[in-house]
Amino acid sequence: MSAYLLRRVLYALPILLGVNLITFLLFFVVNTPDDMARMQLGDRRVTQAAIEKWKVERGYDRPLFWHADAGGVARATDTLFFTSTLQLFSFDFGKSDGGRDIGTDLKQRMGPSLAIAVPVLMLQLVVALAWALLLAWLRGSRFDAWSAVICVAMMSISGLFYIIGGQYLIAKLWRLVPISGYDGGLAAVRFLALPVLVGVLISLGSNVRWYRTVFLEEMGREYVRMARAKGLSDARVMFAHVLRNALIPILTGVVVLLPSLFLGALITEAFFAIPGLGSYTIDAIQAQDFAIVRTMVFLGSLLYILGLLLTDLSYVIADPRVRLE
Amino acid sequence: MYSVDTVFITLTSEPMHRPTGHRSMLARARRAALLFVACAGIAACDGEPWNNPYPPTEREAAILYTTFQERPKHLDPVSSYSENEALFTSQIYEPLVQYHFLQRPYALVPLTATAVPVARYFDAAGRPLADDAADSDIARAVYRISIAPGIRFQPHPAFARLPDGRYRYHGPGAVHLEDARAPADYPHVDTRELRAADYVYQIKRLAHPRLHSPIASLMAKYIAGLDDLAAALREQVQTAPPFFDLREVELAGARVIDDYTFEITLTERYPQFVYWLAMPFFAPIPWEAERFYSEPGMAERNLTLDWYPVGTGPYLLRENNPNRRMVLARNPNFRGERYPAEGEPADFAAGLLADAGQPLPFIDEIHFMLEKEDIPEWGKFLQGYYDISPIAPDGFDQAIRFTPDGLPELTPEMQARDIRLAVATQPTIVYIGFNMLDPVVGGYDTRQRELRQAISIAFDSEEMISIFTNGRGVPAQGPLPPGIFGHKPGEPGINPVVYDWQHDRAVRKPLAHARELMKAAGYPDGRHPATGKPLTLYFDAYASGPDVKAQFNWYRKQFAKLGIQLVVRTTDYNRFQDKVRKGDAQIFGWGWNADYPDPENFFFLLYGPHGKVLHQGENASNYANEAFDREYLRMRSLPNGPERQAVIDRMLKIVREDAPWMWGIHPQGYSLHHQWYRNGKANMMARNTLKYRRLDPQQRAARRREWNRPALAPLATAAALLGSVVVGVWLVLRQRRRLPAA
Repeated sequence: MSAYLLRRVLYALPILLGVNLITFLLFFVVNTPDDMARMQLGDRRVTQAAIEKWKVERGYDRPLFWHADAGGVARATDTLFFTSTLQLFSFDFGKSDGGRDIGTDLKQRMGPSLAIAVPVLMLQLVVALAWALLLAWLRGSRFDAWSAVICVAMMSISGLFYIIGGQYLIAKLWRLVPISGYDGGLAAVRFLALPVLVGVLISLGSNVRWYRTVFLEEMGREYVRMARAKGLSDARVMFAHVLRNALIPILTGVVVLLPSLFLGALITEAFFAIPGLGSYTIDAIQAQDFAIVRTMVFLGSLLYILGLLLTDLSYVIADPRVRLE
Repeated sequence: MYSVDTVFITLTSEPMHRPTGHRSMLARARRAALLFVACAGIAACDGEPWNNPYPPTEREAAILYTTFQERPKHLDPVSSYSENEALFTSQIYEPLVQYHFLQRPYALVPLTATAVPVARYFDAAGRPLADDAADSDIARAVYRISIAPGIRFQPHPAFARLPDGRYRYHGPGAVHLEDARAPADYPHVDTRELRAADYVYQIKRLAHPRLHSPIASLMAKYIAGLDDLAAALREQVQTAPPFFDLREVELAGARVIDDYTFEITLTERYPQFVYWLAMPFFAPIPWEAERFYSEPGMAERNLTLDWYPVGTGPYLLRENNPNRRMVLARNPNFRGERYPAEGEPADFAAGLLADAGQPLPFIDEIHFMLEKEDIPEWGKFLQGYYDISPIAPDGFDQAIRFTPDGLPELTPEMQARDIRLAVATQPTIVYIGFNMLDPVVGGYDTRQRELRQAISIAFDSEEMISIFTNGRGVPAQGPLPPGIFGHKPGEPGINPVVYDWQHDRAVRKPLAHARELMKAAGYPDGRHPATGKPLTLYFDAYASGPDVKAQFNWYRKQFAKLGIQLVVRTTDYNRFQDKVRKGDAQIFGWGWNADYPDPENFFFLLYGPHGKVLHQGENASNYANEAFDREYLRMRSLPNGPERQAVIDRMLKIVREDAPWMWGIHPQGYSLHHQWYRNGKANMMARNTLKYRRLDPQQRAARRREWNRPALAPLATAAALLGSVVVGVWLVLRQRRRLPAA
């Protein structure tokens, strides 16, 4: 397995490099270093000299990919792409273009993102699995039929509608929780109740339908018939056999979601004024802060690679027949 | 709504016998639901609304709750230039002068200075000159400024000393607290008296190459020696440690006379300079603060002067968490400025002088809460959790309606909550500019001028205000907004090129007149006479999306009135700015918000040597008219009075004839506040007005309780529904278990 892990880690390097290159290209197609300087220095009374000074201080005066005037290796290394990439791969995120330390900001903002994402993931998993198991168990019943209608309706509604509708109904009309905001410690619970509920509802419909399909596929297998023929109860068949064997596709879906726990929910955080990493990224894009954007994209791709690696590892745990070689 | 009584009756109506089987489960579920409702009801009866986003300890505290949408980029007054930053810096830092809170037109009054600074003029030989001396004779303009003694900085660790007199947290042998994340984490704080040297120190900071002051190049034109200092610092700072002690360098234009007196020397007459002295750029900075924040490890923890200001103002920044909230708390060292005793006649009637002579500030803390979206902000304002609020676009119809006379008033829903409306015309102009370098719409010959005049008449600003800004704006008659010296209300102030005065109001000239102008310009019916093809013009904009699409369609219709085809070219903000900078935009939308209430701050947008393409200035339409430029230079040096008004009248006549802009609108700010928020008069120039505001926290707490009683019925219904589903499923499963195997 260690050889497999090493191989996957080595595969990750060109992927990260490629993602970094694409981010770099996309960002600088839309924004020039002059645009970035103007965004930071403001629109009023800014001179070209001030812009040039800003660029020099942050290294944005360097050529993007090829420094023709430099000699030797410096032609490739004394460039914006090389220096910024090297910095990222050494996990030195440096300062944002606005002058803030990115590492400190990440530490501060990871907590609120996790405070929403972890409960949403856990609750959604529990509710969706329970609901889907019931549907598989009661296939063809009126409960199954009505659940299909409800799930499809839930899937058809936009996530933004859940947020605005939830805020209107639960916080404004019924006045049960604050409309938006955040606080540390236990006080966070009443602020998180609504975003967590909304977060669970947003993808509950699709998850239930998907899990139901997975369970039904498992229930049609021979080992289930064998278990029933042995006289095992329905509950034991469902929980001890069907659920366990359906875990591989479910785990694939869940573990891939793990990076998003850290990276935050963009719209939810904005509407509920949750100071997480999702709103950090959105703010950086709006402020044309390349230092933050590249860091967040890099971390996102790194976490996805790790997530996929964890998925593979989880297969070994879920299914003893799987070998990673 | 459930009362305690209802809940009690429901609980006691439980059956007394012990149920069995599924009835038992049903009963258990029902009991659990009722218990939940009972608990909820009891919790609701302690009087604290469930949706209160603030801790109960703040219930009746004198805390103002308001919002911010975007994290301020800079809180260091040397580089801060945005409105959203001034909201904080102006409460913390004290420049030398400020705008009178109540008086109109806007007037400067001393803040830390003992008097509003006045320039004395000298010739090249150092001889004093009269105030009305010719500009060419003036070699120096000197402001000798005295500050009031006894003003102290806020408590801050930068001032804390060890028993032996050394600074505790900076300099040799300083204590470093590695886990400190804010100045408040330092156990020792101290203060010191404000000195003239602190103002001089800040003026030197304008030239510091690492600080990027946006006004550095502007001030270098006026403050003697500032340009030389900037050049010298560029060399020295490169090899200097993080803290570069500006006390050790000399600046000819800023000189300390004694602890309470200093001089600023300008190289020429610049009467508007005194307005700059009211802005945070000229606030005092103690050198100790810069030294403190330059200690190793500070920047890595985001402990910088750009993040944690050190001032003498009524408030200090106690908490700076722009991810959630920013908290200003009363500065215990504030000297006790008094509420003004004079104002406009209407201020007496409005009760705005009831606090005359009272020590400021009235509010203990100001909590700026992060709200990135309008909808939750508006909802929380209506629930009483924000004391003041702008009107969200989606909430405008809910909040405002117009009388038959076209005047705004609050809707009955707002009146029932006793919400108050404050309306003020902003010292701003939002205009549509013609690029005067463009061969079609630019130029200064009669035909080109007539084309612009015809378009200005056809472009119905009144309709635009009505449709797209909910009536929140005043059609501009020239570059000067109301409230700025030189602006004339009524008939004398109308733009005669576009308007006639009829029935006591300005009426846009008929379209037929515009068509005549088009004909005279060489485009009869909007067509080229030679080719017969319609004239095609290009409007550059950076906005996009469905909202602005309607606005651009409306623009096309305005031009189509004259037979002109308007092509709207939208792009992103960067490219748009780039086009304007390079002169590639033909017609474009632009705006300006006043730095200070002087006509020079608007006319300079049309001054030839400030042209954007040729001089990188703020004259975006690249307008250049020698006669106008001559008058501009004259107007700039004159004090407000009949002579200056006459010059302004001539300037207005020139630019109205030339029509380099369609004059657009002066936006109006509509702001709502609750009944418990007092002294709410809008002041569109001053940013340091929070010290004048007053709250009635008891009244606020009562209204919040009244408006936010939780509705428990939906909760009970949801619980019952969920319970029913669970029980139903359980019954079905139970039934299946009993069925014989198929």
